[in-house]
Amino acid sequence: MDRRSFLRGTVAGAALASAAPSVIGSAKPRVVVIGGGAGGATAARYIAKDSQGAVDVVLIEPTRTYYTCFFSNLYIGGYRDFASIGHTYGKLASEYGVTVVHDWATGIDRDAKTVALASGTTIGYDRVIVAPGIDFKYETTPGYSAAASGKMPHAWKGGSQTQLLKAQLEAMRPGGTFVMLAPPNPYRCPPGPYERISMAAHLLTEKNPTAKIIVLDPKEKFSKQGLFQEAWTKYYGDMVEWLPASMYGSIKAINADTMTIETELDTFKADVANIIPGQRAGHIASSAGLTNDSGFCPIVPDTMQSQMDPNVFVLGDSSIAGDMPKSGFSANSQAKVAAMVVRAELTGSRAFPPKFSNTCWSLVATNDGVKVGARYEATPEKIASTGGFISKTGESAELRKQTYEESIGWYNGITADMFG
Amino acid sequence: MHNKGVRHLIGVFLLGWSALTLAGNVERGAKVFQVCQSCHAIGPGATHLVGPHLNEVFGRVAGSLSDFKYSEGLRAAGVNGMRWDAEHLAAYIENPIALVTGTNMRFGGVASAEDRDDLIAFLRAYSASPRDIPESLPTALARDPDVDPQILAIKGDPEYGEYLASECVTCHQSDGADRGIPSIVGWPTKQFVIVMHAYKSAARPNPVMQLIAANLADEDIAALAAYFEKQQ
Ligand SMILES: Cc1cc2nc3c(=O)[nH]c(=O)nc-3n(C[C@H](O)[C@H](O)[C@H](O)COP(=O)(O)OP(=O)(O)OC[C@H]3O[C@@H](n4cnc5c(N)ncnc54)[C@H](O)[C@@H]3O)c2cc1C
Ligand code: HEC
Ligand code: HEC
Repeated sequence: MDRRSFLRGTVAGAALASAAPSVIGSAKPRVVVIGGGAGGATAARYIAKDSQGAVDVVLIEPTRTYYTCFFSNLYIGGYRDFASIGHTYGKLASEYGVTVVHDWATGIDRDAKTVALASGTTIGYDRVIVAPGIDFKYETTPGYSAAASGKMPHAWKGGSQTQLLKAQLEAMRPGGTFVMLAPPNPYRCPPGPYERISMAAHLLTEKNPTAKIIVLDPKEKFSKQGLFQEAWTKYYGDMVEWLPASMYGSIKAINADTMTIETELDTFKADVANIIPGQRAGHIASSAGLTNDSGFCPIVPDTMQSQMDPNVFVLGDSSIAGDMPKSGFSANSQAKVAAMVVRAELTGSRAFPPKFSNTCWSLVATNDGVKVGARYEATPEKIASTGGFISKTGESAELRKQTYEESIGWYNGITADMFG
Repeated sequence: MHNKGVRHLIGVFLLGWSALTLAGNVERGAKVFQVCQSCHAIGPGATHLVGPHLNEVFGRVAGSLSDFKYSEGLRAAGVNGMRWDAEHLAAYIENPIALVTGTNMRFGGVASAEDRDDLIAFLRAYSASPRDIPESLPTALARDPDVDPQILAIKGDPEYGEYLASECVTCHQSDGADRGIPSIVGWPTKQFVIVMHAYKSAARPNPVMQLIAANLADEDIAALAAYFEKQQ
C-alpha cells in the first residue's frame, strides 16, 4: 500500500470510529465487510443497493485494484491483457454509497462487536461479513514460504503473482521445464490448476515449442480430468506430463535457490516452478476464532452465518460450503443469500429462501471452452448438491466455441455484479 | 409441384402406417402442411425455399443442413444437442420463439394440438425408417412443452422476483448487454414464462439454463417474469 492510500484509509477509519456501534431501532445499523473479493464486494453492493441507505455499509479491502483470479489463466495464455482483469471500487462508493476503506482488518472483537484495522482505528458493527479468501498451509510444501514465492510463484492470489508467473514462462530458456506442484483438496477453483496448465501449454507451444510441462499432483484424480487430458493430447502433443503422488512419492523439500523439488522417489529440476500450497481460510478468520480443525469456517447452510457467532457471516473460499466448490461464482451466490438475510435481520425487510448455484468454465485451447455446473439446496447439515452437468469429451468445435463465449458473458456479468 | 410430391409420398407411407402408435393422422397432416408450404418444401427433389426442406427432419439435429443459412439461435440449439423428435417439433410448431429465441421462422404457430399431431405424423412420413426413430431422446422432455394456462395465470411477486433475479445477473447483465449470454430484460411476461418452462422441461437444450430452471418453482418463474419485464 502506498502512503497516500494508507492515510486516506486512516482518515476514513477515524471518522467511522467516532460513531459508536448501533443497535436495531436506534441509529442506522452498520455492516462491516472484510475483504472486497467475489464474496465481499458482492455482499457490500447488494446490502447497500437494496437497503437504499437504511444500512451503513463499510467495506475493508487493502488493495485499490482487485485483479480477479478468474480469467487470470487466460491472461497467462495470452487471451486477455492484465488491465482487463483489474477492477476498482469507485462505483461501490459513488453509486451505492458503500464506505470503502483501503486497509487491512487485523482483528475482530466479537464481544465488543468491533473490527480493528492496521491503521489503529476500530469500527463498530451490528453484523460483520468475513470474506478474506484463502491463505496458505505452508506445511504442505516443505521448504516453500511467502519469501520463496518471489522466485517460485504460487499465483493463487490475483495480481502481481500472476504477472510474475507469466513473465517467467515467457522468459524461460528454449526447451526448459515448467513444473507445477498442484494443491491438495480442498482448494479454491478445483479446475484452476489444470486450466492453467492448458494456458501455459498454449503459450509455450507458440513461443517455446520444445519446452516440457510437468504437473506433480498430490491427488490421484482431479476436476474435469477427462476433458483436460483429452485437450492436452489433442492440442499440445506430449508437452504435458501429469504425475499423481503415487508416481513420485511425497514432497520432501522445495528449494527456491536451486529450483528443485525433491520427492520421495525423484528430484525435479525446474526452469519455472509454480508451487500451489494447501489452503485454509484467510488469516483474519482463524484469528477471530471462526475456523475449525479443517482451517475453514463452519456456517449455517441456509444463511451463511458463522456457527460460532450469529452476528458474523462467512462467505466464499473461507467458508465450509458443503458441496459447493470454492469458486468466484459460489462466493457471489452465497453473498446474495447472506445480503438478503442481513438486511432482513437489520431492517425487517422480507426474507426469502436461499438459492445457491455454481457454474465454472475453463478454457483448454483457442475457442475451446468446457464447463461444469451444479445446483444446491441448504439442508440442516450442509449445502448439498441436487444435480449438475459437465461438458463431454468429443464435443463439436462449434459447441466448445459457444461455451467459451458463454464464459466471456459470465465474466462481464459477475464483475458487474460485484463492482456495479 | 410440392403438392404432387406430397400425394406421392402419402401413398407410399400410408401402407403399414397404422402399425405405428403415433397419434396423428398423416392425411389430415398433409392439409395442415399447406400453411407451411409457402416457406418449406417436402418430398422427392424438395429444395430450400424461405425455410429449409423438411425431408428427413425426424432425428435431424436442429439447424444442421450445411447448405441452408439458419438463424444463430437455431444453430446454437442444434450445437447444444437439440434434435427434431416429436416433442421438439410440437413445441416449435406451436410457438417457434418459445423454443428458439430469434429464430428466422416468422410464423405464428399452429394452435390446435390435434393439427400439430397430424402435421408431425405427416412430417414423420418423410423421414427414413420412421419406425426406428425414437419418440424422444432419453433426456428430452419430462413433460409437455406447452405451458398449462394455470401456470401462465400465476401473478408474479416482483419483490421476490428481484431477489431471485440476483442469481440470474451473475451471467445475464442487468443493463441488457448480450455478449456471450443473451439479454433477458424487458421481455413480455408470457414469453418469459414459456421460455423458462422450455428450459425446465429440457425442451431447450442448454445445460446451464436447464440447471437454473430446474431449481425454480412455477411461482419463482412468475416472480422473475414480473421483475424482468420492468427492467430496461
Ligand atoms: C487461477 C485461478 C482461476 C480461477 N478461476 C475461476 C473461475 O473461472 N471461476 C470461478 O468462479 N472462480 C475461479 N477461481 C476462484 C476464485 O478466484 C475464488 O474462489 C474467489 O475469488 C473467492 O472469493 P472470496 O471472496 O472468498 O475471496 P477473494 O476473491 O480472494 O477476496 C478476498 C479479498 O479479501 C481481502 N482480504 C484478505 N484478508 C483481508 C484482511 N485481513 N482485511 C481486509 N481485506 C482482506 C483480499 O485482499 C481479497 O481482495 C479461480 C482461482 C484461481 C486461483
Ligand atoms: C414464413 C415462412 C415459414 C413458415 C410459414 C414456416 N416456416 Fe418453418 N422455417 C422457416 C425458416 C426461415 C426456418 C429456419 C429458421 C431459423 O434458421 O431459425 C424454418 C425452420 C423450420 C424447421 C427446422 C428445420 C431444421 O433444419 O432445423 C422446421 C422443423 C420447420 N421450420 C417446420 C415448419 C412447419 C411444420 C411449418 C408449418 C406449420 C413451418 N415450418 C412454417 C420458415 C417458415
Ligand atoms: C450460469 C450462467 C447463467 C445464469 C446464472 C442464468 N442464465 Fe439464463 N442463460 C444463460 C445462457 C448461457 C443462456 C443461453 C442459453 C441457450 O443458448 O439456450 C441463457 C438463456 C436464458 C434465457 C433465454 C434467452 C433467449 O434469448 O432465448 C432466459 C429467459 C434466461 N436465460 C433466464 C434466466 C433467469 C431468469 C435466470 C435466473 C433465475 C438465469 N437465466 C440465470 C446463462 C445463465
